[in-house]
Amino acid sequence: MTTIPLLQASSAPHKILVTQESPWARWILTLLALSFLSLFLLLPLVAVFFEALKKGWDVYIAAITEPDALAAIQLTLTAAAIAIPLNLAFGIAAAWAIAKFEFRGKSILISLIDLPFSVSPVVAGLIYVLIFGLQGWMGPWLREHDISIIFAVPGIVLATIFVTVPFIARELIPLMQAQGTEEEEAAIILGANGWQTLWYITLPNIKWGLLYGTILCNARAMGEFGAVSVVSGHIRGLTNTLSLHVEILYNEYNSAAAFAVASLLALLALITLALKTFIESRVAQKTSR
Amino acid sequence: MSIEIRNLSRQFGSFVALHNINLQVNPGELLALLGPSGSGKTTLLRIIAGLETADSGQVLFNQEDSTTKHVRDRHVGFVFQHYALFRNMTIFENVAFGLRVRPRKERPNTREINRRVTELLQLVQLDWLADRYPHQLSGGQRQRIALARALAVEPSVLLLDEPFGALDAKVRKELRAWLRKLHNDMHITSVFVTHDQEEALEVADRIVIMNRGRIEQIGTPDEVYEKPANPFVYEFLGHVNLFHGRVHHGQAWISGLKIDVPEHAAAEDLNAIAYVRPHDIEVSRAINGESALAVHVVHILSIGPVVRLELMYGDNPTQHTIHAAISKEHFRELQLVKGDQVFIKPRRLALFPNHDQEQLIY
Repeated sequence: MTTIPLLQASSAPHKILVTQESPWARWILTLLALSFLSLFLLLPLVAVFFEALKKGWDVYIAAITEPDALAAIQLTLTAAAIAIPLNLAFGIAAAWAIAKFEFRGKSILISLIDLPFSVSPVVAGLIYVLIFGLQGWMGPWLREHDISIIFAVPGIVLATIFVTVPFIARELIPLMQAQGTEEEEAAIILGANGWQTLWYITLPNIKWGLLYGTILCNARAMGEFGAVSVVSGHIRGLTNTLSLHVEILYNEYNSAAAFAVASLLALLALITLALKTFIESRVAQKTSR
Repeated sequence: MSIEIRNLSRQFGSFVALHNINLQVNPGELLALLGPSGSGKTTLLRIIAGLETADSGQVLFNQEDSTTKHVRDRHVGFVFQHYALFRNMTIFENVAFGLRVRPRKERPNTREINRRVTELLQLVQLDWLADRYPHQLSGGQRQRIALARALAVEPSVLLLDEPFGALDAKVRKELRAWLRKLHNDMHITSVFVTHDQEEALEVADRIVIMNRGRIEQIGTPDEVYEKPANPFVYEFLGHVNLFHGRVHHGQAWISGLKIDVPEHAAAEDLNAIAYVRPHDIEVSRAINGESALAVHVVHILSIGPVVRLELMYGDNPTQHTIHAAISKEHFRELQLVKGDQVFIKPRRLALFPNHDQEQLIY
C-alpha cells in the first residue's frame, strides 16, 4: 500500500492544514502532556533506580543476591514459566475456536476470557483461598491427601494463571478473525491435516500477535501483586515473589534493598516496552507493504 | 470425472439456500453456476467441495456417493474469489504445499516436487515469480497462482468460486479467455460460480442459472440466451425491454402493437409480459406496415460497432424507456439525431402470459 501525500505538492511557504491549531496552542498542549508524563511516569522510574543505587553498587548487588531475594526471583520465574506455556496453549485454542468456528456459548466464552480483566486481583486470590484454603470447599480433602495449594507454590501459579488468561487470547482473536478461514480451507482442500494446517498456515500467520501477547502476559505474570499476595502467605524464601519481596523489604524500612529489587521489575518493564515497540513496528511494516 | 447432485437441500436458519437441487456435471465439462447474490450458487459449490454440508441429498463423484467424504479425500481443486494464497510462503512454496503435506509414502521427492512446481508455474506463465510473496503480486497474477496451486495435486474436479470477481475488467477478460484455453488443454471437469452473465456465456460449456436456491434453467450458452425458460432468466441474461399487455387467441396487444403469437393460441384474454432484446428492435424513419410504435430518440451512444439508442415512448405519466441496439451502418442510413421521431417494432419477442412483474424478485 502507498501512502497518499496530502498537500505535499503545494509550493506555498505556509502550508495551511484544516486540522492545524495555532502554534502556541500546539506548544502548550505538547508541554502539558510531556510534563504530565514526566511527573507521573518518568520521575518515578528514575527514582526507583536512583534510590536503588543510592547506597552504592555493593549494597545493590548484595540486596539482589541475598538468598531470600534469589528465592523470590526463582519463584517469580517459575510461576511465569508455568503460567505462560499454559496460557499460550489456552490462548491459541480459545482464539482458534472463537475466530474460526461458530458454536453455541461462544459469547459466554468470550466474556469468561475477559473475566480476569474485570475482576479485582484481590478477589481472584480470595476465590482460590475459598476453594483450596484450609476452610475452603476442597480444604479437608486436600489436607487428607497432604496437598497444599494455598500458602504454597501451586497457589501462586494458579493465581498467576488466572490474572494472565486474557492476554494471549485477546491479542489473537481479532487478528484471527480478520484473517478469516480461507487459507485454512485452502490448505485442507490441498490435503493438509489439522496439525499441518495449524503448523504451516495458522501459526505463521499469527506469530507476531502471539509474541506480542506472550510478552504482555509475561510482564503481568512477573509483576502481579494482588492475587498472589492473597494466596502466598508471605513466607520468606518459600512463597515470596519479587513484588511481594519488595513490599516486605519496604515495610521493614529497608528501602535501599526494596528499591534494588524493585529496579529488577522496572528493568523487566523497560525490556517489555522495548520488545513491544519492536514488534509493533514489525507488524506495521508487514501490513503497510 | 462426473459429478451428480441429487435432491440437495440446505437451509441457514430460516433462509433456504438450496432447495431440492438436481444436477449432472459431465466428465470434462466446464459448467457455470450463474445467479444473483443469495441465489445459492456458492453454497452449492462449497457443498460439492465438501467445505459445507447439505441438510439432505447426495453428492456423487463418478456415481460413487461422496456426501460424507471428507474434503481431503475428495481430490478437488478449489480456487477462491480472494485467492487465499498462503501469505507467509513464497509463490513456489504455495504451489508446492499440496505435494509437501502428503503422507511420507505418497510424497514425491524434492527433485520431483521442484519439477512439477516449475512446470505448473510455466503453465500459468509466472515461473519468474517463484521467489516472491503473494502480497507482491497483482490480483490477476495471484489468481493464476491460486489455479496452479489447485492443479498441483492433480485434482479430478476443479471448482472455482467467482474466480475473477475481484479483478478489474481488463484482467478479467484476459483471464477468462485464458481459463477457457486451459480447460481445452486439460479437460478437467470444472464448475465455476459467477454472477456475471457475460463471463458465463463466454466461458462455459453449459450454464446453470440459479435463483433463490433453485435452478431456473440448464443449457448451453446459446440455449439459455436464445430460449430463456422463464421471465427470470430473460431478465437476468443480458439487456431486455419489458412490455406489459394482453394476449388472446394467438394475438397479443402490447403497448398498442398487435403481434401474432401463434404459440399462445389457447390463451383467453390473459395479462402478459413480453421481453424484447435491444438488438431485436427494428428502428425505421417511416411506418412500415400498420403496426409500429412512435418514439423519440433521447440518447445516442455510438461508441463501437453497435449504436445504442435510448428511446422514449408515450407521454407522462406513462413514459417508458426502450433500449435499442442497431448496427453503425443502419445508424448512418437513418441519420438520427437527438429528439428525432422514429418508429419501432419488435422483430422477435418472448411472451409470458399470466405473469406479474412482482414475481420477479431478485
